[in-house]
Amino acid sequence: MPDTIKMQVARYRPEQEADLTFEEYEVPCPPDWVVLDGLNYIKDQLDGTLSFRWSCRMGICGSCGMTVNGEPKLTCATFLADYGEGPVRLEPLTNFPVVRDLVVEVTDFMEKLTSVKPWIVREAEKPLSEGEYLQTPEELEAYKQYSMCINCLLCYAACPIYGLEPDFIGPAAIALAQRYNLDSRDEGAAERMDVLSEHAGIWGCTFVGECTRVCPKNVDPAGAIQRYKLTAALETVKAFVMPWSSR
Amino acid sequence: MTERPTHTARPTHTEYHPRWLRPHMSTYWWLKRWAHLSFILRELSSVFVAWFVVYFLMLVRAVNTGAANYEQFLDWSARPAILLVNLVALAFVTLHAVTWFNLAPKAMVVRLRGERVPALLIAGSNYLAWAVVSAGVAWLLLAG
Amino acid sequence: MARRSLEPLLWILFSAGGVLSALLVPSLIFFFGVAFPLEWLTPPTHGHLEALLGHPVTRAVAFLLCTLSLFHWAHRFRYTLYDGLQIKHLNEVINVLCYGGAIAGSIAAAYLLR
Repeated sequence: MPDTIKMQVARYRPEQEADLTFEEYEVPCPPDWVVLDGLNYIKDQLDGTLSFRWSCRMGICGSCGMTVNGEPKLTCATFLADYGEGPVRLEPLTNFPVVRDLVVEVTDFMEKLTSVKPWIVREAEKPLSEGEYLQTPEELEAYKQYSMCINCLLCYAACPIYGLEPDFIGPAAIALAQRYNLDSRDEGAAERMDVLSEHAGIWGCTFVGECTRVCPKNVDPAGAIQRYKLTAALETVKAFVMPWSSR
Repeated sequence: MTERPTHTARPTHTEYHPRWLRPHMSTYWWLKRWAHLSFILRELSSVFVAWFVVYFLMLVRAVNTGAANYEQFLDWSARPAILLVNLVALAFVTLHAVTWFNLAPKAMVVRLRGERVPALLIAGSNYLAWAVVSAGVAWLLLAG
Repeated sequence: MARRSLEPLLWILFSAGGVLSALLVPSLIFFFGVAFPLEWLTPPTHGHLEALLGHPVTRAVAFLLCTLSLFHWAHRFRYTLYDGLQIKHLNEVINVLCYGGAIAGSIAAAYLLR
C-alpha cells in the first residue's frame, strides 16, 4: 500500500485559458481516505485555487459527483486505495458545461426536473381536519426505490443519449416523475405524461443501461424509464381505442 | 446576469459570467467504452433481423414458384458467401434474443401477493418460451 | 399532437417485433441459414413446406413475424443512425428510409404470403 498517490486533476480557468488542462498533485493515501479527502488535502495544503463541489461527504447530498478515471463517481464514496499505484485522473462530470475546474453547470437538469412536477399533485387538497393520507407498506414499496434519488447527476454523465441530445429529459427526471406517478397519494400522472411523452422525453431513451450501472443509490432509472414507456404506450392505445374515457 | 442558460446558448465571456467549457461529443463516442460498443452492437443486431425477413421472403417466393426454384434456393443458400452472412446473422440474432430476454424484466414489474417477482424468474420464463417455440419450429420443419 | 402520438405506437411495434423476432428468428436462421445448407439436417421437401405455408395460421404468423420484425429494425436502426452517427440533419431522410422500408417490406410479405 503506497504512502502517497498521484492525482491528475482537471483545471479550467476561463479567465486564463480556453481549454481544460491537467495538474498533478501528490497526496497521502491512508486506507480510509476517499477521493474527496484527497481533493480537500490539495485545496488545504497544495493549491488553494482548486474549485470543486462537496457537502455532506457521506453520499446523501449528491454534490460531489465527478469523473474518476473515466467513470462518474461520488468522490466521497470512492476510496483512493482502490486505485492502487494510481494515478487517479479527476475530471468534471461529463455532458455538462464546465464552469470552473471540477464545477459543472447543472441548471439544465434543474429545469427539466421542475418540468416533470416532482411533487404530490392532487385535484383538491385534503383539509387538515380529515387527517393524514394513509399508505400501506405495499403502496410505499411501489415507489420507494425511485425516491432514493439524490440528484447527483452521475446518471446524466453516464448517459450517451444526454450527451448527444441536449434536449433529452434524462434518467433522474424520469425516475423522479415515476416516484410520484406510482405514489398512491398522487393524482398528477396525466399532467406528467404530457411532458414525458414528447420525443425529448422518454422516447429518446434507447435503454443503454449505463445510468442504472452508475447510480450510487440503486434507483434503477433505466427500469423506471422502460416501465414508463410501457405505461405511456398503453395509455396511448387506450386513448385511441376509447377516446371518450376522460383522463 | 439573468441570461437563461441552455445547452445550446453560447454566453459571451464577462467578468461575472465566465465562458463555460462545452466539450464536444466525438462521432466515435461509441468506440471509447466497451459498454457503449456492446450497446451499439446490440442495436445493430436489428439489421440482421431485417436480413432474415428478406431471406425468409426469398424462401417463401421459391417455395411458391415450384420445387425446382426451391432446390435452387437451397443450393444458393449453401454458397460460402451466403453461409457466412447467415452465420454472422445467427450470432447477432442470438445476441438480440439474449439481451432482449435479459432486459425484459426491467419493463415489467409483476407483483404476486405483494412481493415483486424476481427478475430471474421473468427472464427464465422468457428463455423457457424461447426453448418451447424453437422446439416447435424444429418439429414443424423436421417431423414428417 | 401527431408528432406525439406516433412515438408510442412505433415503440409498441418495435417491442412486439423484438419479442417475436427473439423467439422465432434464431431457430429459423439456424435451420434455413446454417443447418440445411451445411446438410447437418435434411431440409424439408418442397411438398412439406408448401403444405406448411399453405396453412392459414402459418401464413398469418409468418406475415406478423415479417412485418413486426421489419418495424423493429426500422425503429432501432433509425435511433442507431441518429445517435451513433450524429446525423441529425438527415433526420427526415432516415425516417423515410427506415419506416418506408418497413412498409415496403410488409407489402412484399403480404403479397408473398397471401
